[in-house]
Amino acid sequence: MTAPLLPPKRKDPLKRTRAGHVPPNLRSRAAKALAVRAGLGEFALQHCTSCDNTTWPPRDRCPLCWAELNFHTVVNGATIVAETTIRTSTDLFFKEHLPWRIGTARLDAGPVAIVHLHGDVSQGDRVRMRLMLDRGGNPALFALPEQDTDHMADDSQLRVFTANPKHRRVLVTDGRNAVGRAVAKAMAQAEARTVFLGNADPTMRFPGDDTDIVQADWVHLDVTDTRSVNELAKQLGGRIDIVINTAGMVREGGAAFGGKLTDLQTAMDVNVSGLMRLIQAFAPAMSGRSDDGVNAAAAFVDVSSVYGLTGRAGYAGMAATAAARLSLIAGLRGEMQRTGIRVATVLAGPLDDEWHQSVPPPKVPPVQVARAVTDALMNGLETVCAGEVAKDVLARFQADPLLTIREENL
Amino acid sequence: MNSNLGPGNRRRQQPYDGAVVCAPVTVPYTRFSPESAHWWTGAALASVAKVSGLGPRDIDGFCFSSFTSGPDTVVGMTQHLGLSPRWIDHIPTGGASGVMAIRRAARAVQSGDAEVVACVAADTNQIDSFRMGLNGFSRFSQDATYPYGFGGPNGTFALITDNFMREFGVRREDFAKLCVAQRSNALSNPYALMKKPLTFEQYMSARVISDPVQLFDCVMPCAGAEAFVVTTPEKAESLGLSYAAVRATIERHNAFPEDTVQTRGGWVMDIDELWSAADLTPHDMHMVQVYDDYPVIVAMQISDLGFCNKQALPQFIADNEFTIDGSLPLNTNGGQLSAGQAGAAGGFQNVTEGLRQILHEPLGEQIPDAKRALISGFGLVNYDRGICCGAAVLEQQHLSPAGGRGSDVNAGHSPTVGTTGQGAKP
Repeated sequence: MTAPLLPPKRKDPLKRTRAGHVPPNLRSRAAKALAVRAGLGEFALQHCTSCDNTTWPPRDRCPLCWAELNFHTVVNGATIVAETTIRTSTDLFFKEHLPWRIGTARLDAGPVAIVHLHGDVSQGDRVRMRLMLDRGGNPALFALPEQDTDHMADDSQLRVFTANPKHRRVLVTDGRNAVGRAVAKAMAQAEARTVFLGNADPTMRFPGDDTDIVQADWVHLDVTDTRSVNELAKQLGGRIDIVINTAGMVREGGAAFGGKLTDLQTAMDVNVSGLMRLIQAFAPAMSGRSDDGVNAAAAFVDVSSVYGLTGRAGYAGMAATAAARLSLIAGLRGEMQRTGIRVATVLAGPLDDEWHQSVPPPKVPPVQVARAVTDALMNGLETVCAGEVAKDVLARFQADPLLTIREENL
Repeated sequence: MNSNLGPGNRRRQQPYDGAVVCAPVTVPYTRFSPESAHWWTGAALASVAKVSGLGPRDIDGFCFSSFTSGPDTVVGMTQHLGLSPRWIDHIPTGGASGVMAIRRAARAVQSGDAEVVACVAADTNQIDSFRMGLNGFSRFSQDATYPYGFGGPNGTFALITDNFMREFGVRREDFAKLCVAQRSNALSNPYALMKKPLTFEQYMSARVISDPVQLFDCVMPCAGAEAFVVTTPEKAESLGLSYAAVRATIERHNAFPEDTVQTRGGWVMDIDELWSAADLTPHDMHMVQVYDDYPVIVAMQISDLGFCNKQALPQFIADNEFTIDGSLPLNTNGGQLSAGQAGAAGGFQNVTEGLRQILHEPLGEQIPDAKRALISGFGLVNYDRGICCGAAVLEQQHLSPAGGRGSDVNAGHSPTVGTTGQGAKP
């Protein structure tokens, strides 16, 4: 049984902050392809196109018949055959996290692998394997107990592979919309220590401010105002562990017909420049605290439209800002991988709000976005879909991107 | 595994007539060195020159092994050190490189492709080069071993040891006997980095590195170089060198990929052929010089090379002394566990030590009347197990009346020649 994680004591400001190293990060292209699957939460391994052999470590050809390999989701059971507790390491990350337990696992899918062990797992045990992303954004096999155990998410090694909100301080950037409030509630439920919730204009009322009450620390934050973002970062930047950007502006309209240039300019300012302001104000300080104990800085999450992948008929300007947002997030992810901060995108389908009145269901209620955000943080994922539409678009996009772009716009 | 080429189904190994091994040299190891692998290689060749009189123009074959010579391979090394060989080989098999150098060089000499082959393994150990070397060691390690706690080889061999102990009932007390015996052997070797005796209690109570591996199960990385010469008996004699014959050799890579955890090496596939080609048995051996990165691998080799089965290992270890003056002398220079692990030279030191013992020009104490040595190599943990395995049986063929010029470099350590060879107690 895992001991429940206690809230960290207030940090002595004279104590050294542990530098945010990441584990060794050199990987083959095949391993990077596995990282993509890990980021989506799939337990996928390489599989031979000819002889059905499943293989590990990542290879470029089947070792049994030399045919090409592809990726298959496989059964995730395994047995731990041998284990060790590493007590010395020359690696700058691991030497700060010893002792560290690993084992040899015989996977039900076939191969043998060296894996990270959850504290409730030992030699001889049946386990559930996960393909997870480490702090450096690389794929790793992690063995979890076959059945859930008490407080299992509090395991110190597992916490390294997640951005679990428990005991962390979370900034949700926009509480004026229902999504932001739903995310804030979910973070409180996930035992976040503090939830800061942004309000761009505290003097102005917003729909739901009298009915949808959230237990959160409201802060003044206007993502279109560089001074506002920087002021908040000055006050809170050193103690924000997770940033969740829920700010977004959507207006209906095509490119040639029905779209307004001013709407696009405003949406660009909120959705894209706003994201950039948040990144510039908060990401460097988070990078400096990525390995600072129980409430180390852990993740930056952006809630964006799935149509950033494809464009969308009738919402051309909104989709363009979402595309820019995805590119910005991809760039941020590359930079943050070197400092141990996870960067995740929640891809949302059309929200069930006043700006999607003419879109037929299924639409996404705010609580579904909140669940996707929680999933991303609890499981250390990179991309999580909120709603059936987003899942459908992403699946089609993975299979045939150009066809999906055509389908969504013609 | 492709059974078409399995034991009993393949051509018999041809003898190594006409090729002999001589002039073993060791460049004294240092824990750290600011010098390059090139410097250490040159030092090894200079030592060879000192004992043999051979100069750059006399060497027409060059066989080279190193982890730290990058970006140079054997090719860069020829120009760097002024060699013009007509035969070269670069051996990347680390701990198995010595045996493999013998195999390749002996065939080159036998066939006339070269006449005098200098075999050299050299590695430096600059500050932090061990960690940097691990980082770039192999693709499977990068993808699937080092990111798992980065215990280095200690972590990987801890898993092998954990499984081996459970599977075969081998205890740490058994490993202790091997390590303590090797340390006592090291005490007469002036080049050994470990100079203090090791007691059973010290071994058992040492700091835990990666359970169940403790401090004295681990080698100390260091800088160093080893070399020997393979040539014709005529040439060796003309140089006034003592020399040994190669009775038989084997090598095997990536054997038993189906084994969940490594409990055996490639020797198992070929060991019968080794003994039948040599026309000898394990009990004819006067010593074993096996690769000793960890005692579990020593135990594995003792079994896989035919001394006993794995279940009998605890009893076999209890029944033998493994010391220079005891039964079945083991790693008589102290091995890497006590003398240090100088990278690829760690795969050569078993050859040079075995040669010195049968040519009666040891660094430390002489095994009385030793004539035959079993050399075993094990190398390259590409992912979760050692990939390269090899073994060679060497036999004293000619002792130079001059005692070999080897006494120059090994000055001050005159051999004590006993009267009886001692094999393992059955």
